[in-house]
Amino acid sequence: MSEDTKDFQDINKAVSKEDVAKAYGKYSEQFTPKPNYLANCLKAFLVGGGVCTAAYFAAGRLAAAGLSQRNAETYVTIGLVMIAQLLTGIGIFDKIAKFAGAGVIVPITGFANSMVAPAIEYKKEGWVLGIGAKMFSVAGPVLVCGIGSATVVGLIKWIIGLL
Amino acid sequence: MDYLYTFLLGGGICVIGQILMDTTKLTPPRILVIFVVSGVLLQAFNLYEPLVNLAHQGASTPLTGFGYALAKGAIDGAEKGFIGVISGAIKSTAAGVGIAIVFGYLVALIFNPKSPK
Repeated sequence: MSEDTKDFQDINKAVSKEDVAKAYGKYSEQFTPKPNYLANCLKAFLVGGGVCTAAYFAAGRLAAAGLSQRNAETYVTIGLVMIAQLLTGIGIFDKIAKFAGAGVIVPITGFANSMVAPAIEYKKEGWVLGIGAKMFSVAGPVLVCGIGSATVVGLIKWIIGLL
Repeated sequence: MDYLYTFLLGGGICVIGQILMDTTKLTPPRILVIFVVSGVLLQAFNLYEPLVNLAHQGASTPLTGFGYALAKGAIDGAEKGFIGVISGAIKSTAAGVGIAIVFGYLVALIFNPKSPK
């Protein structure tokens, strides 16, 4: 073993794996494009606000047409879900999401999209374990956490009411 | 005025989501869960309903509004007893979830994955 390789091994020992990982992280950061925070936020704000405002407008029109306020709002939710899922099927939703980011992910449209996108992707695994299961790969956690926490909150209020 | 509030609050909630997406390593499913649970927790202290009254769809369309509807259903159900609590959350959001399942399945049946060109 030459003197050089020995030194090299010593250095290797001295440099911990963590430092190497950190250095590599810094190195690779140079090549990762930085998101344009301001532009992304502006796009999310405008599109997200637009979706909500359109929903409000539609609910108002339906209510004016004679539906009860509650039914009008439910129809709007149904409409948003169907539009988002149809756009996902056609492949347009992805393009909108690329532009608007959270503007269409955070509204109910994102939830609707998350049920269809993986279902189509895994279609070849079958109608039951492909579509049926993958529809809930994102919606499942959302529903479990949402319904779970809501029910816990309700239970606490129910117990307080009993006392 | 209502339109302005709807636009501002709806857009604002989306901006929070965008900031989470850009500055943290949270994946979209986690962000959706965070939003739903935040809505539930806010409504647990009756804090989200004022936002819905002020900004309408601006508050109810984002996923925090989904959480709000879940919590409101369970809390309202609490007045009717145990079964009311257990069924309340799902009942109040049944239409949205129902159509998402039925129509989503249909869409997934009809359309095929786009092969990347």
